[in-house]
Formats: sequence, structure tokens, C-alpha cells
Amino acid sequence: MAITTTLGYDDLPALLTRLTGDVKHDRSSLSTLDVLWVLYDRVLGEGDRFLLSKGHGPAAFYAVLAAKGIVPVEALDGFGSFDSRLGYHPDRVLAPGVEFSSGSLGHGLAVGVGSALTGRRVWCLVGDAELDEGSNWEAIQYAGRVGLSSLTAIVVDNDSSEHGWPGGLERRFMLEGWAALRVDGRDHEQLEAALRPDPEGTRPRCVVAEVEAR
Amino acid sequence: MSAMRERFYEIAREALDEDERVAVVTAQIGTESIGEHPRHFDVGIREQLMIGVAAGLALEGRRPVAHSYTPFLVERPWEFLKLDLGHNDLGAVLVSTGASYDAARSGRTHQAPEDVALVAALPGWTIHVPGHPDELEASFRRSLAGDDRVYIRLSEEENHARVDAGGFTVLRRGAPGAALALAVGPTLTPLLEAAVDRDVTLAYLSTVRPFPHDAVREALGEGSAVVLVEPYLSGTSASEMSAALVDRPHRLLALGVPNAEFRHYGTGREHRAAHGLDAAGIARSLQRFLG
Repeated sequence: MAITTTLGYDDLPALLTRLTGDVKHDRSSLSTLDVLWVLYDRVLGEGDRFLLSKGHGPAAFYAVLAAKGIVPVEALDGFGSFDSRLGYHPDRVLAPGVEFSSGSLGHGLAVGVGSALTGRRVWCLVGDAELDEGSNWEAIQYAGRVGLSSLTAIVVDNDSSEHGWPGGLERRFMLEGWAALRVDGRDHEQLEAALRPDPEGTRPRCVVAEVEAR
Repeated sequence: MSAMRERFYEIAREALDEDERVAVVTAQIGTESIGEHPRHFDVGIREQLMIGVAAGLALEGRRPVAHSYTPFLVERPWEFLKLDLGHNDLGAVLVSTGASYDAARSGRTHQAPEDVALVAALPGWTIHVPGHPDELEASFRRSLAGDDRVYIRLSEEENHARVDAGGFTVLRRGAPGAALALAVGPTLTPLLEAAVDRDVTLAYLSTVRPFPHDAVREALGEGSAVVLVEPYLSGTSASEMSAALVDRPHRLLALGVPNAEFRHYGTGREHRAAHGLDAAGIARSLQRFLG
């Protein structure tokens, strides 16, 4: 995708207000905000693909797309209304820059695997609770076994999985053959270092971005 | 192995070699028959992943073919057909084997007479029910060249001969006002036998979606009785037939596999007879309906 910087990180609160009408923003409801900003501001390049698998609560996603000039800022008005291109779950047919229509959990990673099998560099964002869905593990197992190194899964972990992940999510990915690490999901330097393409990699990568517990 | 299935594998291998767009995704059914190829991905017994991977390949401009046994290709990952392909507006060619009861001996878990109704419930799918390996070949080759969503249903049952024109074909015209008897896919041979002495217009359909509303109206002409014979869940295309004939007073007999938990093993032939879809069964139904 072509990325043109128009607005900065500090402009995001105003964009979010325009989107939702809320003046105050609860950081915990914007768990993905910093990951998305770092991806679009520092990581994704021409021809790269980003799939938002965790499609609920997409305000942060739309705000980042608007800040980057991918979604027109005016499109933020009327979020979720009948003729809006931006709904409570993103639709790639309606919304500019959205590469995957999500909402039902557990779909993005499998599509990301298919995309990455063609050699495309793919980043897919899932939530820790989303990983409750078994379909994710079909994708995680297969990607690990075939060493799908062009795939990066970002797990935004706000500890919202009903029954938790005893022993940690990273260990599960590692057991399946992934390179995995946990970073501070609000720290832009840590996120950038973990998410940057790794041409030397031989395994798919999992980056668990830990944020405040929900 | 059924003749249709063998033909499918043959064309899939050829397409992988000749067309760089084509990619095949399997889940341990047909894997060895298709063989190793850089664009043949066997994902193990992971059918949700199979459909997701097909969607991802389509996102990158490939023409994915996904293949498995009918219940595992359509029923188990149905929401993935709906969302990864349909809602994301991505195309794929899904090719099932097993039909309604080819695996009669394997029991209910391997029988899927619901498949066509399930795919037809989703918008925008083309559905082919070939009655002969040559018809399969024609529809599969046409599908590979496109970028839409296509479901092709293979079966062990097949007709004695192929019907050349794809889609809807009138094979025999009855007298003005005669009933229309329409066979879908492999039900043609038993229907022909059952209706051999009857004055009916006999027609054949191998592409059931989109449904040929205008051609059906034309074929019925001044008639008012319609018999629809489908090799899967009875009534799957009854609503399409009603829509085609919305302004015509008509009677419709929709034959197919009953919507029932059918707890028998045995052979496909026995299942066909039990469901009244062999020539004798169809003849009995015609007698009751047409007199």
C-alpha cells in the first residue's frame, strides 16, 4: 500500500473523538492503538499486507488509517451509520485500505497463511481472547510446520481470554515452531524492533503485545 | 475411485503445471492423487484453514481450488465459505467428492445431502452438479479460467452419456400442455428410464445456480405440472422453481434425499433406492403425481 504521512500520533485522540463522539478515551478500549500506529508509521512498506483479524473495536484502526491519509478524515463522521463506509467491523469492500473483512473471530490468520504462502509479507493482528477460537490453531500449527517466515502474528494481550493461557501464549506458539516474544504493547521502540521485517527469519513470528488488562 | 474424481485429479495436475494462477489446497483427501507441486498445499486435517488459505491465495491473485469430502469441504467450514470467500469478495473453486451418499458404508458423518442447499444459501455462488466426467471437465476448466466462487459436486453416480450443452437442455419435447420433468446431474439416467413411456417434456440441468428461470418457463410452455429430481436434499431448488413460475398456476413435485436422519449403511445404490431416486422409485412418484 502507498502510505503518505499526513497526521501524527498526537492527532489520534482528535480523530477518535471525531469517530466516536467521545471526548475521553479509555486506553483499555483502544488496546490495539499503539501496535497499529507503529505498523503504519514505521513498519509496513510497499506491497506488504496487514490483516486485522480482531475486527471488533476498530476505532483505533480507522483513526490510524485516517491519520495516514488512507481513509479520508471526513469518512470518520457517521461511523456505523447506514451509508458509512466504516462500520463496527471493517469491510474491505467498503473501506479504503482495509485488506480483510473481519468481525467473526478466528478467520484472519488462516487467510494470512494463504497470502504468505505466495511469498507476500503479512502481519496479522489477533487478540488474546480471539485465540480461544480453535480455527486459529489450525493456522498456527500449519504455519509453524512449514516455516512460513513471511508471516507475523501480533497478539494484543489485554488478558481478556475467559479461561486464560496458563504458561503463556508465547510458549504455545514456540511449541508449534514459531519464533515468539513478548513486548510492551505501548512501547513504540519495542514494537518497532519486534515487528520489523526479518529477512533472515526461517520461522513465522509471534509478537505478543501486552497492554493493560481489560 | 469414481470416474469423475479421477478426471478431476487429472485436470488439477495439468492445471498446476500449465497455469501459474492455479493453486490447490487439500486437507488429506486427494493429496496423493494430486501429487507434490509447489502450489499444492496440503494443510492436514484442517478444513477451516483450507478455506482460509484458499481465500488468502485468491487475495494474491491466485485461482485456488479447494477439495475434500463433501461434509468436510462444505459443512464443517461453512462460515469460512460465507466470510473468507463471500464477504471478502474472493473467488475459489470448491470441488467436493462423495455427493449425498457415495460413502453409504461410512454412515451419516460422511453423507452430505445438505451441501447444495448450504452453498446455495450464500449469495453469488455458481453450482455445478455434473452428471458425467466430460461435463465435470467442461465446468471445471471453465471455472479455472474465472475468478468467481464456484462449487462443483462430484459423484460416483453418473449418466450413461454426457449432455453437451452446459446448463439447461431440453432433451425431449412433450405434447403442448405436457408436464415438465427436470433431472439434475446424475438423476438423468433413472428419470429417463422412469419416464420412457410418458408424454412429458424431459429436460436436464447440470448448473443449478444461477437457476435458469427463463429456460424453465419456456420449457414448461402451456403445461402446469413440474417434476424436479435432485440428487441431494429434496426441495433444494423448489424455491427457485417457484420463483421461475411465480405467475403460472402450477404443481411441483420436488424429489430428492429426504430431510431425515437416515441410519443405514450399505451401498449408494441401496440408498438411492431407499430414497426413491432409482428408476422404479421415480416411476412410482410420477404415477402418483401425474396419474
